[in-house]
Amino acid sequence: MQSEKQSNSPIKKILQSISDASLVPFLAILTAVVLGGLIIRFVGGDPFLAYKGLIQGSFGSTKALSETAVWATPYIFAGLAVALAFKGGLFNIGAEGQLAVGAVFSALIGYALPEWLGFDLPIYIHLPLAILVGMLTGGIWAAIVGVLKAYTGGHEVINTIMMNYIALNTTSFLLNGVMKDRSPTNVIARTPLIADSARLPAIFDGLRIHWGFVLALLVAFLIWWLLNKTTLGFEIRTVGLNPDAAQYAGINVKRTIIITMLLSGMLAGLAGSIEVTGLNYRHELGFSVGYGFDAIAIALLGKSHPLGIVLASFLFAAMRNGATRMQFLTQMPVDLISMIQALILLFVAADAIVRYIYRIKSKGERVVLTRGWGG
Amino acid sequence: MDWKRFGFIALIITVLFGVVVMVGQVKQPPLLIITSMLATTIAVATPLTLGALSGVYCERAGVVNIGIEGMMLTAAFFGWLGAIYMFHIFGLAAGISIALGVFFAIITGGLMALLHAMLSITFKVDQIIGGTVINILAIGLTGFLNRQLFFGKGSVFGGSVPSSPGVLPTIHIPITELFTSICGSSEVCLQNVQAINRVFDQKPIAMGAILLVFLSHYILFNTKWGLRTRAVGEHPKAADTVGINVSKMRYANVVIGGMFAGLAGAYFTIESVPSFEPMLTNGRGFISLAAMIFGNWTPIGAWAAALVFGASQALLINMQIYRDVIPPNWAFLQESYIVGLTPYILTMFILTGIIGKTTPPAADGVPYEK
Repeated sequence: MQSEKQSNSPIKKILQSISDASLVPFLAILTAVVLGGLIIRFVGGDPFLAYKGLIQGSFGSTKALSETAVWATPYIFAGLAVALAFKGGLFNIGAEGQLAVGAVFSALIGYALPEWLGFDLPIYIHLPLAILVGMLTGGIWAAIVGVLKAYTGGHEVINTIMMNYIALNTTSFLLNGVMKDRSPTNVIARTPLIADSARLPAIFDGLRIHWGFVLALLVAFLIWWLLNKTTLGFEIRTVGLNPDAAQYAGINVKRTIIITMLLSGMLAGLAGSIEVTGLNYRHELGFSVGYGFDAIAIALLGKSHPLGIVLASFLFAAMRNGATRMQFLTQMPVDLISMIQALILLFVAADAIVRYIYRIKSKGERVVLTRGWGG
Repeated sequence: MDWKRFGFIALIITVLFGVVVMVGQVKQPPLLIITSMLATTIAVATPLTLGALSGVYCERAGVVNIGIEGMMLTAAFFGWLGAIYMFHIFGLAAGISIALGVFFAIITGGLMALLHAMLSITFKVDQIIGGTVINILAIGLTGFLNRQLFFGKGSVFGGSVPSSPGVLPTIHIPITELFTSICGSSEVCLQNVQAINRVFDQKPIAMGAILLVFLSHYILFNTKWGLRTRAVGEHPKAADTVGINVSKMRYANVVIGGMFAGLAGAYFTIESVPSFEPMLTNGRGFISLAAMIFGNWTPIGAWAAALVFGASQALLINMQIYRDVIPPNWAFLQESYIVGLTPYILTMFILTGIIGKTTPPAADGVPYEK
């Protein structure tokens, strides 16, 4: 048994003061990795070889690094989307749907606009337009839920999930119908390729890492600035902490809720847009499955702080990217990664468990993330 | 449940049935269409009904549970897996394997709920986050095991999914037999009686769900246990003062709720179809929550709301059956993706509160601090 005395030892004190913010997430990851290793052992694999494969596959070469950054790009955008909503006291489970809607509309502008106009557009008009439309449609998709929340009290958790299914059905309808790639050999539900003038260029020749990654880092900084240095950011945070107090202080709570959802959806839409314009050059059904839930885990792991989200996105991206190498080395299915990620999320969300295991005292602050049905 | 809301439910169900009768009447007599719609509605509403009951138990005790989706998914997987193991590895008879499968599903649901209870009651984690963790964990766990156990290295099943011992049988209620003498030699009479009989010929979980609705209503509003449950959900402080153990009551109700979600899971892989696929619950756990809210946290109200969603799903199924006779003006009914939107749009519409606001238990989602 650990005693009171031990938890007051100088080392622990220093550890605590260095970074109370990153200690718990770090220990959560550690615990999940150890548990994941035990699971690998249990199903007959070699945990060390598996983790070696994971690291090799994600950081072992220039190409691996580039691929990790490619994976991290949508994670950063979508993680920011969920985090921004958290700051405003809203839980956006709908990043998945907003991302799909953004991707579909970006693709539409990307392949169809030159046809409609009858002439080719220069890249400095076409590309920003494609990204902007994807961003805005994603934003509107989420803002609908914001309006419902502000004016009727319909809970955003259920409504964003419903909007996910509506987005899934609608995009399936479009990609199997009017927007389907009509090239004679195609049988897949996907759009045609977007025009060259709507594509984000790669940063280096021969690697897939594109300027969308740089944009993601820029946007992360922008969100930090928005939340901490602007009036709007202050309003969002105040409504998130205590809507009644915000109302009393003269903040328009309804408007702030709608704007928060709009911005959150725009970030998720941007994730979809960038995947289309920077990586896939088209939207294909089912490419985004799982981003929405991963984004929640990333936002929680990053403690809703933009820098934390960038780091958490890299971790998740590295795991996804390295999984193929791991599977090659140990025959462990890629799905194992989802399992370990779920465990990380469990320990991050329930930081009380981590604090209990490692005997870390809580600073006593409780962050309100979401609200019950009462509104 | 007030009359306004029951009226709305009746209206929507009438409209959905009306559409199917309108389209299908060139092929089948209306009575046959209505009874077959009704039979489908009751069957497909089963997981929603049980999911909503699960929510009622949890939330009446003051614990928000958005992890029902994940509990259903995990239970569906382990119930099905258990049935397969019993059948192929332990060599039990198909019937016994299936019955044990249902049992495993219920236990799985209970265990997942126990995790949720620990997170939200003992560790006081934000309950909506806790529920989300359950959902994500469920997807990871079932996805991984589904791949690993059947296709992984050293799998006992040799790299393929073995045949499941089957599904639960339909229980025949002998209404037709009862009416044979009354109908005499009238062919039409007998046909009608047979059509009506189809509504009552359901599978065990579907039938059980309806019994559980009324049983839960009785427990919640007519027993000491129910009173205590509602007390810890409305005013835990007061309940504590009169000597009710708040966390014990909450633990118990969350686990009971999880077992209901487990039974709902069994519906998917043991009653409906004998197979599992990743993420097969497809949002029905969340729709259950909407049913619970629209039913104002009462078992009977939640059941009525679940039937609306069941009817909208039955509409989708029937539109595929009558695909070739849909009139050209109604061509959009051919598009399964568009008709499939009905339950989701209905959910959002209901949550606006236009049909009357509902009130959650006062302490719903609030951890109890002494």
